[in-house]
Amino acid sequence: VKPGYRRRFSRTERTLHWANAFFFGFLLATGLVLYLPSLAVDIGRRPIVQSVHFWSGIAWICVLVAIVLCGDRRGIVRTAREVDAFDRDDWRWLSGRRPAPQGRFNAGQKLNTLLTAAFVVLFLVSGLLLWLGERDTRLRFASTVVLHDGLMYASLVLLVGHLYLAVLHPATRHALRGMTTGSVREEWAARHHAKWKAD
Amino acid sequence: VDETHAGTPGPRKVGRAVFLGAVLGGVSSLYWGNAAWSRVSAAISPLENGLPLVPTGGWRIYTVSGHLPGFDPKTWRLELGGHVEKPVSLAYNELVALPKVEQVSTFHCVTGWTVKNVRWGGVRLGDVLGLAGPKPTAHALEFVSAEVPYVDSLTLQQAGLHDVMLAYEMDGAPLPRAHGAPLRLVIPEMYGYKNVKWLKRIDLVRTPSDGYWEVQGYDRDAWVGRSNGYGT
Repeated sequence: VKPGYRRRFSRTERTLHWANAFFFGFLLATGLVLYLPSLAVDIGRRPIVQSVHFWSGIAWICVLVAIVLCGDRRGIVRTAREVDAFDRDDWRWLSGRRPAPQGRFNAGQKLNTLLTAAFVVLFLVSGLLLWLGERDTRLRFASTVVLHDGLMYASLVLLVGHLYLAVLHPATRHALRGMTTGSVREEWAARHHAKWKAD
Repeated sequence: VDETHAGTPGPRKVGRAVFLGAVLGGVSSLYWGNAAWSRVSAAISPLENGLPLVPTGGWRIYTVSGHLPGFDPKTWRLELGGHVEKPVSLAYNELVALPKVEQVSTFHCVTGWTVKNVRWGGVRLGDVLGLAGPKPTAHALEFVSAEVPYVDSLTLQQAGLHDVMLAYEMDGAPLPRAHGAPLRLVIPEMYGYKNVKWLKRIDLVRTPSDGYWEVQGYDRDAWVGRSNGYGT
């Protein structure tokens, strides 16, 4: 870490983030081909796209699990504890009151992480049910497809907000550096994450 | 800042509750999701043209092969054969010259989505069958799609329901390619997979046989709400 910079994300965290981003993008693209009538007509090949989509969904989950198992497991557990904990300042931050000094993650980032993790689980459950329901009517629910599609819309909302803050918004976009190189400027960290103690 | 911390307890572990709440809420939506979605889609349907991410009118296009069959009005024909007095081969213009019927019905897909108030235009299945004259040995119909290897069947009794038709129009326009142009079977009492798209041949046979999805375990009698694990 360069002088004047502070390490924010471990290699395991970054690998997890970018693997998730890659698979989400790929699954979104193949999923839309299955979902949107215009793409279904122009691109077609539904049976192939369907199995590519299904098996890359399985690969997505396996890769995420493998990264945690092969990476810095303790670090991930520590991160999970950080994301789990909400203090008085987090509530102040969420309700828009200031000052509300934040730790390594601000309350919005914690919520985004928790919801994204929940969506991964729900994508897996609903995707498996869609696949299995085609093979066994006992596993067929009238709303499985609505859940899977609804997750897509909900994830897109999170993603658009996330991309805006990480890439466009001038005050916050420095955070992107933390996810690419692992470190952020001390001075930026002090302003945005005042309660974050360096290791 | 210090005042707000006076006597406050330490951080509370509520993140896990947010995570579990979202997961359980999502899983529970298997029971209420459809009802909620139909309200949402009714509310946003006026905006649909401005929202390219929402499928038009709630349709999803399900196909089983790599390409959608094409349609050439000059060469296209509907064939009727099997146990009939007189095999029939109808050109597109001969088909649309038959007495036209219309119906407005709800289309139910077995995977859970529905499209309300679809306006179908076409010919009664019974009128077309009458041209060929089923023999007394015929008890079922086999519908063959131009999308190979899609087939499905109905009993003669099921095919005789009053609103079973061969549709060449949908919502006032010629049947679009994605919906089976130029001709599809419409039997609104049964799930969509019985409503064979890209219909090109009807054979009268002694007994019904399993169609494309039925070989894979779907019910042959695909009554809406009373088959495929629903309503039992």
